[in-house]
Amino acid sequence: MKILVCMKQVPQKDAPLKLNETGTWIREDVSYEVNEPDAYALEEALRQKEKHGGEVVVITAGPARSQQVLREGLAKGADSAIHLEDPGFVGLDAFNTAKAFAAAIKEENFDLIFTGLQSDDYGYAQTGVVLAEIMGWPHATIIMQIDKQDGGIKVKRELEAGFFQHVDMPLPAVLTIQSGINKLRYATLIGIKQAKNKPLRKVTMDEVRSSLGDNMQKIEKLYIPQKTKKTEMLTGSPAEIAKQLVEKLKNEVRVL
Amino acid sequence: MATAAIPKTKIIGGSFLIEDRTTAEVFTPEDFTDEHRQIAQTTEEFARNEIVPNIEKIEHKDWQVTRDLLKKAAELGLATVDIPEEYGGADMDKISSCIIADRIAVSGSFSVSFGGHVGIGTLPIVYFGTKEQKAKYLPKLASGDWIAAYALSENTSASDAMNARTKAVLSKDGKHWVLNGEKMWITNAHFADVFIVFAKVDGEKFSAFIVEKDFPGFSVGAEEKKMGIRGSSTAPLILNDCQVPAENLLGEIGKGHVIAFNSLNIGRFKLGAGVVGGARNALTNAISYAKERKAWGKSISDFGLIKEKLANMAIGVYVGEALAYRTVGMIETILADIDKNAPDASTQIRKGIEEYAVECSILKVWGSEMIDSVVDEVVQIYGGYGFVEEYPAERSYRDARVNRIFEGTNEINRMIITGWLMKRAMSGQLALMPAIKQLMDEVLAGPSMGEPLEGPLAAERTIIANAKKAGLMVSGVAMQKYMMGQQDQQEIMGAMANMIIEAYAMESAVLRTQKLIENKGEAACETAIAMTRAYISGSVDKVESEAKRVLAACAEGDMLRTQMAILRRLFKYEPINSISARQHVADRVIEAGKYVF
Repeated sequence: MKILVCMKQVPQKDAPLKLNETGTWIREDVSYEVNEPDAYALEEALRQKEKHGGEVVVITAGPARSQQVLREGLAKGADSAIHLEDPGFVGLDAFNTAKAFAAAIKEENFDLIFTGLQSDDYGYAQTGVVLAEIMGWPHATIIMQIDKQDGGIKVKRELEAGFFQHVDMPLPAVLTIQSGINKLRYATLIGIKQAKNKPLRKVTMDEVRSSLGDNMQKIEKLYIPQKTKKTEMLTGSPAEIAKQLVEKLKNEVRVL
Repeated sequence: MATAAIPKTKIIGGSFLIEDRTTAEVFTPEDFTDEHRQIAQTTEEFARNEIVPNIEKIEHKDWQVTRDLLKKAAELGLATVDIPEEYGGADMDKISSCIIADRIAVSGSFSVSFGGHVGIGTLPIVYFGTKEQKAKYLPKLASGDWIAAYALSENTSASDAMNARTKAVLSKDGKHWVLNGEKMWITNAHFADVFIVFAKVDGEKFSAFIVEKDFPGFSVGAEEKKMGIRGSSTAPLILNDCQVPAENLLGEIGKGHVIAFNSLNIGRFKLGAGVVGGARNALTNAISYAKERKAWGKSISDFGLIKEKLANMAIGVYVGEALAYRTVGMIETILADIDKNAPDASTQIRKGIEEYAVECSILKVWGSEMIDSVVDEVVQIYGGYGFVEEYPAERSYRDARVNRIFEGTNEINRMIITGWLMKRAMSGQLALMPAIKQLMDEVLAGPSMGEPLEGPLAAERTIIANAKKAGLMVSGVAMQKYMMGQQDQQEIMGAMANMIIEAYAMESAVLRTQKLIENKGEAACETAIAMTRAYISGSVDKVESEAKRVLAACAEGDMLRTQMAILRRLFKYEPINSISARQHVADRVIEAGKYVF
């Protein structure tokens, strides 16, 4: 199977974020890492390749710094990488990002495309689904497990309230992968060394521009919510306090 | 993508005292290539996911856990970075090796076991082994199936290793060396498979041997009850007519000292990197505790005296990184040009590392004393909780102490620093003598107005230039007074070493920050500048005080007064507001919840 894994570079989880001067996004001087669900998507792709053979290609869209996530993918075992390199990809809406990806891979024949379920920064959970529409492929989201079978795959989806759905799908298809479904591997030193010599294709914004429409997303204003903390002390005998507490949980917090 | 960051200029070891360096000539952590960053990331993930959850078991001497971790580290390549590819190693540069020693340091015990195996245990075979020895041992060591150890000290010889009493005699049939004696303080003793053992052939010629744990006559004594690094194995080796195959002689008969001292050089720079990592880890713990712990309704991290401690720790890590990576960068510049397939490649590599014996010793001394002050302050921040075993502060405090003892005590290393430089000066390899003479002429000619330095950190660069001059002047005075007998004046040698150490540390910090400013602009480097200035303001006081100490021991009366007048001229500077500089640094690390560079 030939699998494409869409990876995104996002700010590190514990990085202190500061707003940029225009108040429309965060300042660039933070540390970045691979979007967590994408790391699981990559791991799943590598496991599929180990089981069934084939090829894993990683792709990202972003400025030069985002090449780091591709290097990480290559060091862990991906065979090649595609970098849509332009700062303009930061803040591009999911629809156009998916169009850019589709344009960049139009010459290639993938059996599967994996994306993480969603990104840790914008969190739209859209790029994978939209990409499937553009490609005219079926898709399934929140994937926990993938089993290859004759003529297609069987996947396990996570639903709400502890329910799962098992779906038989034809190939090619797009799957958005849930975090935590496997154990991530380390990039070994040999892997890191070999990654240097693996092919990395760069795609410029100009090469895909004709496929893109207007950016349909614009952040007008981003702000850090004010911290509000209200503490109310319940007084009275334990029985009275318990009664008041139950009332508040029922009527104010509405969790009972 | 950063790929070619290693400086091109080959620098003479010890020349920092008499030559100025440009930022392009020094390697800094900001020059890491993408590969280096990935290696750092893999190592950090390994430390966080594999070592940290096992610390309790490691501390309880569950050797299997340590062996399993070493095996895993080997599979990832972390334990094989210095082993050639043909023998199953990852074979990467010394900067990568340094990064691993730095980032793996989350448990003193594990770091010591790891260092004993990958460094002083394995490298003697890499650099001195025959083809057959390499082919036999390196693949097993690279895979982590076998663990290595290094056995130099004895109960009556440690720093004076050449006085070893362990004896090796060739059997009559010439097939075996028969070893008798006892080695002491052997790291990894209880779980290692192969030992580099030093013994004197016929009781005279100091030599090295590769000894397997299953050789007849080999046994391991009782585990030592140590103050710290309790989860590492330390025990004596007992060699009782131990039969070592003749082909297991390592290197040449009588040349054991070359192996012993070169291994220690490498051990020292790795130790230097390891203590920087250990200090960074201790700082992270301290920050999170200080933020969490409340007193009078606020976090203790809001108090000035706690902030001051956190800032000092961060500064220690920053300067330590500058020192460690500058040193390993110089080594790498030399090694990069060596053809690894050349027949004498190992010799050339060793010589490359040996060139920086002084810098490696400085790194060891400075780093081990820095981490000791860091862990001491971490205990203080934790207060009562720092004094009990349930919190990590107590363990790091105990674990750090040994760094001032092993790989050559700090006292021995101070003697090496001054002694080695004097030796190079006498032999003309390092133009120290002309520099001292020129300086003496210059200072005796009276105050000169010289061109003031300009640009970022100009005041600090001036301080360093003058501190180096003070170092040269003091050396000149001491040499005149004691001539060749100076070697016996240990206190003076030590004080001079302290001046040299600080000069190298200050300069490394300034060069790192200057390079940062060149790349990012002054405005983006506020914290780095604050750290550098705060460090130098304290460091220069130490240099001045040591200079006075030496001068007062070497001269008196009018001569001393004249020399003191010169010294005052050299140390004339306006103090910076180091309190606000440290507050700034502390605020940054507290906000980030970790060391920020």
